[in-house]
Amino acid sequence: MKTKTDVRRRDVLKITGAGVCAVALAPLTANATPQSVQEEIDKLSDGKALIDDGRVQLTLPEIAENGGTVPLTVSIDSPMSAEDHIKAVHVYADGNPLPEIASYYLGPFNGKAELSLRIRLSKTQNVVVVAETSTGETWVGRKPVKVTLGGCGG
Amino acid sequence: MATKNIKPRVRVPKKLTKGQVFEVKTLVSHRMETGLRKDKETGETIPRDIIRALSVTYNGRQVLYSIWHTAMSANPYSSFYVRAEDSGTMTFTWTDSANQTYTKDVSINVTG
Repeated sequence: MKTKTDVRRRDVLKITGAGVCAVALAPLTANATPQSVQEEIDKLSDGKALIDDGRVQLTLPEIAENGGTVPLTVSIDSPMSAEDHIKAVHVYADGNPLPEIASYYLGPFNGKAELSLRIRLSKTQNVVVVAETSTGETWVGRKPVKVTLGGCGG
Repeated sequence: MATKNIKPRVRVPKKLTKGQVFEVKTLVSHRMETGLRKDKETGETIPRDIIRALSVTYNGRQVLYSIWHTAMSANPYSSFYVRAEDSGTMTFTWTDSANQTYTKDVSINVTG
């Protein structure tokens, strides 16, 4: 049996391959972006520095009572002109069994780089948004969310 | 497949003026089965069954493409913005993990 104190719980999860809703698991330390998500982001930024200056704003509840449906609004400060716009927006949940949530591809015809969606969060964790600009920069925004009831659709 | 009763819904403003940036809201009823859950009685994994993409065209021009993973909520809601150019049709196409597509056309009224 897995218990909260079982230090090898991640391994147990991997072996069983079961995406057990992580309700029973203790949260990871806050603000640590696990390697899998970091690797994805590094791939997107192609070795260039990530810009984390508040231009990628995340709006979502500080405490989500139901992790099965958490409203998220991503708002990016970009003129969305032909020369300077957001090309792509990638959303990750760094503590989910499968961290990728969604990718959106945009262009100057959108007029405004703002998206809303509803996401599943299995436990307390960070939501990370990475935006690719037409000028080749990679912007990032993060926000922690406390989840009191994990949601894996169950 | 449990996805026969899919009801895509889209909301756009009724009247638009040229150049206006407007919000498009979409909602599709779908359980978004993650493929990670197990049947409590048989212990078998319930197969993944999700909407994996939403593509939107406006008078034939692509204005949004999005790829969704299992962490999108059941009955996935998504909204975005588009700049009004001409009256015409906005076409929404959702694709599920079995490559079945669901489409909806919405007319766009641009005045002035």
